[in-house]
Amino acid sequence: MTVETPATVPQSPRLTTRLRDARTSVALLLLAIAAITPVAAPALGQPFYVDVTARIMIWAIAATSLNLILGYGGMVSFGHAVYLGIAGYTVGILAFDNITNGFIQWPLALLICGLIALVFGAISLRTKGVYFIMITLAFAQMLFFLGISVEKYGSDDGLLIFTRSEFDFGFAELDLSDATTLYYVIWILLIGSVYLSHRIVNSRFGMVIQGAMANETRMQAIGVPTYRYRLTAFVISGMMCGVAGLLSANFERFISPDVMNWPRSGELIVMVVLGGMGTLFGPILGSVAFLLLSEILSTWTEHWHLIFGPFLVLVVLFARGGLSGILDRLTGRADR
Amino acid sequence: MTEPLLAVRGLCKSFGGIAATDNVDLDITPGEIHAIIGPNGAGKTTLINVLSGLLPSDAGTIHFDHANITRASAPARCRRGLARSFQITSIFRNVSALDNVALAVQSAAGHSFRLWRPARRDPALRGPARALLERVGLADRATVMAGNLAHGEQRQLEIAIVLATRPKMLLLDEPMAGMGIEESERLLHFLRELKEQYTMLLIEHDMDAVFALADRITVLVYGRVIATGTPQEIRANPDVRRAYLGDEAAA
Ligand SMILES: Nc1ncnc2c1ncn2[C@@H]1O[C@H](COP(=O)(O)OP(=O)(O)O)[C@@H](O)[C@H]1O
Ligand SMILES: [Mg+2]
Repeated sequence: MTVETPATVPQSPRLTTRLRDARTSVALLLLAIAAITPVAAPALGQPFYVDVTARIMIWAIAATSLNLILGYGGMVSFGHAVYLGIAGYTVGILAFDNITNGFIQWPLALLICGLIALVFGAISLRTKGVYFIMITLAFAQMLFFLGISVEKYGSDDGLLIFTRSEFDFGFAELDLSDATTLYYVIWILLIGSVYLSHRIVNSRFGMVIQGAMANETRMQAIGVPTYRYRLTAFVISGMMCGVAGLLSANFERFISPDVMNWPRSGELIVMVVLGGMGTLFGPILGSVAFLLLSEILSTWTEHWHLIFGPFLVLVVLFARGGLSGILDRLTGRADR
Repeated sequence: MTEPLLAVRGLCKSFGGIAATDNVDLDITPGEIHAIIGPNGAGKTTLINVLSGLLPSDAGTIHFDHANITRASAPARCRRGLARSFQITSIFRNVSALDNVALAVQSAAGHSFRLWRPARRDPALRGPARALLERVGLADRATVMAGNLAHGEQRQLEIAIVLATRPKMLLLDEPMAGMGIEESERLLHFLRELKEQYTMLLIEHDMDAVFALADRITVLVYGRVIATGTPQEIRANPDVRRAYLGDEAAA
């Protein structure tokens, strides 16, 4: 049973081949547009789009984090926005108590996100399918109601954040009160999140979580205890979503329980599915499409949901792989 | 007599009221090919599911390689060296054949908490995986998406995955299921080759293959062992002829 080994062995896609596929090109183009928006939008008389783009990028980070477990791990977390709230409230509450040092705020926010994801994940990953969806939803709503009930921190009115996180490096200061600085911090962290996802999904660890999604039984049978890998992915994802949360709190100078209410979690899922689950740039495409469309449609008519809803249904029904899938088909890329 | 590699005592598993595994005793000697035969629904697959830990047993004990694995998880059993194949092909359909085997190599290599370096460019995984594909005759199909392989090729891939876990013993559930005559023939030779290296529990429908390969045969009917012995003993056993082989002769 021997056959000659082929002389050339295809490697994973190189940058050159990756640039050729449409979805990557579009995503890189969008990132480039985002890079020049703070200059270009005011010059074009549309300064309003700077904030729109910043918000889209924050959501794109959150969607990228969800894609890590939903798209690559098959874990349909219906409570993912909770980490936006946890990180946001950590920043907000610390600021409220006059701790504005970002070197304390940000690591603490991510640590708390990680710990809560560990607890929520440890329990919910014991279940599957609809039960998993419901239990992640229930955990998130639990914290939503906690946020509503704590009057000291504004309950459902939310909490204003008077001072953004301060980073004093000694020799220099990162001044997030400067809108442009904050904008580019968001831009860099979005790229960082996508790059981190790229490394993770192609690593040994990534092979395991994707394998466990594709065929759990086979994974167990080749000796991999899948639970602990899923749980780790769940924690990483929660922390990455926390990055979006602390950025949002800084950007809006405001945090309210609403950011972790279930419709936000639902919107995150929609962004991931719309953009293309399990594709690196899908969440960017999805959040751009979702937020721009809802922005534009809502200026046309107050009944914009009536157009938006059917549009989403059509994409999900007819474009397997979401917008990424459509782009691939337009350019004739057959695989995936 | 040498100590058995796998020793099963009083193993039971039922689904609702049906006893799919009924008080099974089994001793597998190191180096032997032990075939399990029995009519459809006799409980052969269930036995492998329970032995591999994918289903919990209701009663009885399983010892493997000097350890009591009755309560061990499926991954833990695989890591001890007890690897299984599936009657209904179970592979990762949406990645290449090579990726399939590499994942099993990775599992055998230890924990997979490596989150940074690209696994698909790791020679420590790709090298052994490629060698195994070559061994089962799939070297030129390495980059084909596993779901797009022909049925027979998927069966070969299934074996390569099992071997990649670096097992001591193989639990093979009808490895030839759905294969053409020529493919079966080649697999038969391959299994004989593997015999040098591995102890095997082999479930197989093809009686010619069973009698050609097996050192000993256990006959299962309604979840119960009705006979164990050498191929000659089994062939001559009147109970077996009545319960099983007779059916075939009549058909
Ligand atoms: N998961 C299951 N749930 C309920 N009944 C099952 C299950 N698996 C197998 N059975 C039943 O157990 C018996 C043995 O099945 P199986 O082990 O697949 O037999 P074989 O592999 O010998 O054909 C059959 O009656 C089958 O219907
Ligand atoms: Mg069977």
